[in-house]
Amino acid sequence: MSFIVVQAITGLASAASLFLIAVGLSIVFGVTRVVNFAHGSLYMLGAYLAFSFTAAIGDTFVGYLAAILLAALVVGGLGAVMETSLLRRIYRAPELFQLLATFGVVLVVQDVTRLIWGADDRFAPRMPGLDGAVDILGHAVPEYDLFLIAVAFAVLGGLWLLFRRTRFGVLVRAATEDREMVAALGIDQRWLFTAAFVLGAALAGLGGALQIPRQAASLSMDLNIIVDAFVVVVVGGMGSIMGAFVAAVLISELLAFGVVIFPEITLVLIFAVMAVTLVLKPSGLFGRPEFATEEDRRNPDPLLRAGGMLNRVFWWGLLAVGLAAPLFVGDFAVVVLTEIAILALFAASLHFLLWGGGLITFGHAAYFGLGAYGSGLAVFHLSLGMAPALLLAPLAGAAGALLFGWFCVRLSGIYMAMLTLAFAQIAWSAAFQWVGFTGGDNGILGVWPSAWASDPFVFYYLAFAVCAAVIWGLRHAVFSPFGYTLRATRDSAMRAAAIGVDVTRHRWLAFILAGAAAGVAGGFFAFAKGSVFPEVLFVSTSVDGLVMVLLGGLQSLAGPILGAVVFTEIETELTRLTELWQLFLGLLIIALVVVLPHGLVGLSSLLKRGRP
Amino acid sequence: MIFPASIAGAQDPIRIGEINSYTGPLASFTVPYRNGWQLAVEEINAKGGVLGRPLEVVSRDDGAKPADAVKFAEELVRREKVDLIAGTFLSHIGLAVADFAARNKVLFVASEPLSDAIVWAKGNDYTFRLRPSTYMQAAMLAEEAAKLPAKRWATVAPNYEYGQSAVKAFQDVLTGLRPDVEFVGQQWPALFKLDAGATVQALAQAKPDAIFNVTFSIDLAKFVREGQLRGLFADRQVVSLLTGEPEYLDPLKGEAPEGWIVTGYPWNAIDDAAHKSFLDAYSKRFDDYPRAGSIVGYNTILTIAAMLEKAGSTDTGAMVAAMKNLELDTPFGPITYRALDHQSTMGAYVGRTAKVDGKGVMVDFRYANGADYLPDDATVRKLRPAK
Repeated sequence: MSFIVVQAITGLASAASLFLIAVGLSIVFGVTRVVNFAHGSLYMLGAYLAFSFTAAIGDTFVGYLAAILLAALVVGGLGAVMETSLLRRIYRAPELFQLLATFGVVLVVQDVTRLIWGADDRFAPRMPGLDGAVDILGHAVPEYDLFLIAVAFAVLGGLWLLFRRTRFGVLVRAATEDREMVAALGIDQRWLFTAAFVLGAALAGLGGALQIPRQAASLSMDLNIIVDAFVVVVVGGMGSIMGAFVAAVLISELLAFGVVIFPEITLVLIFAVMAVTLVLKPSGLFGRPEFATEEDRRNPDPLLRAGGMLNRVFWWGLLAVGLAAPLFVGDFAVVVLTEIAILALFAASLHFLLWGGGLITFGHAAYFGLGAYGSGLAVFHLSLGMAPALLLAPLAGAAGALLFGWFCVRLSGIYMAMLTLAFAQIAWSAAFQWVGFTGGDNGILGVWPSAWASDPFVFYYLAFAVCAAVIWGLRHAVFSPFGYTLRATRDSAMRAAAIGVDVTRHRWLAFILAGAAAGVAGGFFAFAKGSVFPEVLFVSTSVDGLVMVLLGGLQSLAGPILGAVVFTEIETELTRLTELWQLFLGLLIIALVVVLPHGLVGLSSLLKRGRP
Repeated sequence: MIFPASIAGAQDPIRIGEINSYTGPLASFTVPYRNGWQLAVEEINAKGGVLGRPLEVVSRDDGAKPADAVKFAEELVRREKVDLIAGTFLSHIGLAVADFAARNKVLFVASEPLSDAIVWAKGNDYTFRLRPSTYMQAAMLAEEAAKLPAKRWATVAPNYEYGQSAVKAFQDVLTGLRPDVEFVGQQWPALFKLDAGATVQALAQAKPDAIFNVTFSIDLAKFVREGQLRGLFADRQVVSLLTGEPEYLDPLKGEAPEGWIVTGYPWNAIDDAAHKSFLDAYSKRFDDYPRAGSIVGYNTILTIAAMLEKAGSTDTGAMVAAMKNLELDTPFGPITYRALDHQSTMGAYVGRTAKVDGKGVMVDFRYANGADYLPDDATVRKLRPAK
């Protein structure tokens, strides 16, 4: 019994830190509708700054506390810089572009932090005055844990007062409910957005700073926390402060007791909670469904028709370049070209969902990865050859999409995106921890092409031919009756349903089709690399895919292909040339989003000064 | 594609392709390693190189992604035309590059990855590994653990291949030496996501006499602080893998645990002439002290130089043949690359942690020669399937 009480207190302390980071994310999203990937970076900066400040003034309880608050304030200030210099320019861009821009910030902060503080973990001393433990029912409980719980309640109470009792808080709530109305009433939105972002950033900084008596500041803090924070926000309901609190407590307590009952699957647990919540209550525990149904305003895309002469010339040109390129370049370039062909198909399948169906997914790596694992496991367990193993890849991708899609298409907007992410992370966790079947993180080795295709040139032409054919098939699907119906469900789900279209089923079919195509890409990826590792399923693979699609431009079918070419080339060359490649890649992404919100394809229309 | 044999003039450098995770969370491990190999390259080139040719290292950052590591292996071999490849830290990246090496018939000196699979279950003709493996280091600790009175053991290890193999090796060797021990609790936190308070409570709940720890880096710091606060280590012995390496011990600063039995690298207390001269050269060159990774990086290049002298050429067949039973002197003493499984006999230091001047150090340590902690040859033959 005493163990249960103490474990519950321990869980509450973890909930406190999770709440502080998640609530800031939730406020920022509520007001600005920006899914801020860089929120975890602000959290990390809070921890590093607090480490430095405590080294200077942290000898006493008051000094340590001042150092933590100072770190939060500085991060709030950095938030102001980020909002006014970057986000303010892209509020009108599609939400995925905003996500991309904040991801650029993640990369930049990662390298800048390494330059300032170095690569070593930075472990701060315990907080003076709270460096011991108290006895609760015969168990030692750290004093700092109790302090952290108190801080979380104080912040919850403070936010409640702020949002109920101050004009600023009322405006923030009003903006969360209805942005246009607030603007129409003459409120200076720019100021409001900046203030909300600064508040969110300061809370992230505070969350990070408060971590340093418990854990070392390290460069992996940003991505480690951001996915968990997303889960908390989504489970609680985007924009809801109480929701963030309840969800943080729920998840932390589940984890605290989970390690006792089934210590091996804690990774899966948190995503399982999210999946179950979203299936039962699609807008989160305390969320409002309005957030999820902005589709009519979100897609001002011009109608895309099958291209004219110029368009056809472009596609045939692309095909010719792809066929001829290996003849003019070196051995290694052929390897890179193969990767480009594969990633172009991956990006095209993602684009099909994003653009064709208006279905926002953060978890497209799941189908790519399942394709790779389908082929890899076929080689590993069944000793199949390359050709039959490759045939299994689209089946594996489609099967995953069939299962995950069934749940995901019942949601929309950011909730759908988060559920796709949850499923991808569950697949990743399974691949990572189910060592007996998948080889765990040691992966599957020896997935090399058959003898007849082992020459890089032969393998390139094989990959190119299949990937080009599937891309052509996807393009064909967009202009088929199915594709037009799908686009109708994207532009107005309600109107489509009114004329008798089964919206859910069309979206589900789109998932399966895109899943199969991504699976093909994954299968080839496995044979190109000779191995399959859980990384193919990880969120970073999904983000890479999004970067490619958005880099190329969402509104054109050629976009994902251009994006794959440019992204792969840049990444390959940058990592070769400089250790600061993340910094440069991040800056490049930010610059592209600000200058070219319609992607590389938008470049031509920008030059012509025509409509985008 | 067949790797082209070099047709090089006397002055052309011997090119070594090197891949490691220099950015991201592993940089604190890999940067000292890079210093180590840079020092060795500079020393060897100052003496005129090898076979009359200077060494040149072409280094690439894989960003901790196995797919990128394979891509750069392709680049190094096909575009940069390196004579051999070396490096890698994470086990799965090491395995991916090893598989690439076997397929492309390139020599690969796997310097840092710990996975037993690299030389055993997935061992291949072209891959040789320098660092003492998970099994070897776990066996060193199990030998010490067997001397303790403790009967009830609990384990805590990150839930991935390294953690699982370490726990399995420790259990196997310990129960072999002490059939009376039992394992009463296991914790498998996700890597770098240790929920420290909950895990510590759960371990205490199992009421073990002793604990075997495999967590490292940020997980270790959390585990140590939380365990000390909650009294987990009071009256309990802790045996901990790699925790004596400066990379792991130093970030803990004043909170470094005392009395833990660990494997590691007591760089400032090794009283040995070969190590002393390495230490002086390293400190002078980088104005810093070496970490365990620095020794590994340094020994990697020493290995390659000794191998080239023995092979007399950069022909891959000759180099692979030279690696087998290659003997060389290192700052840790003489080591041999076993022909049996391509594992080097480089060892590690086993001792106890203590605090001196508010910093964690290793005391009462001894050098455990890697050769003494490998299974017998018949077992190894079973573990390493013949091709």
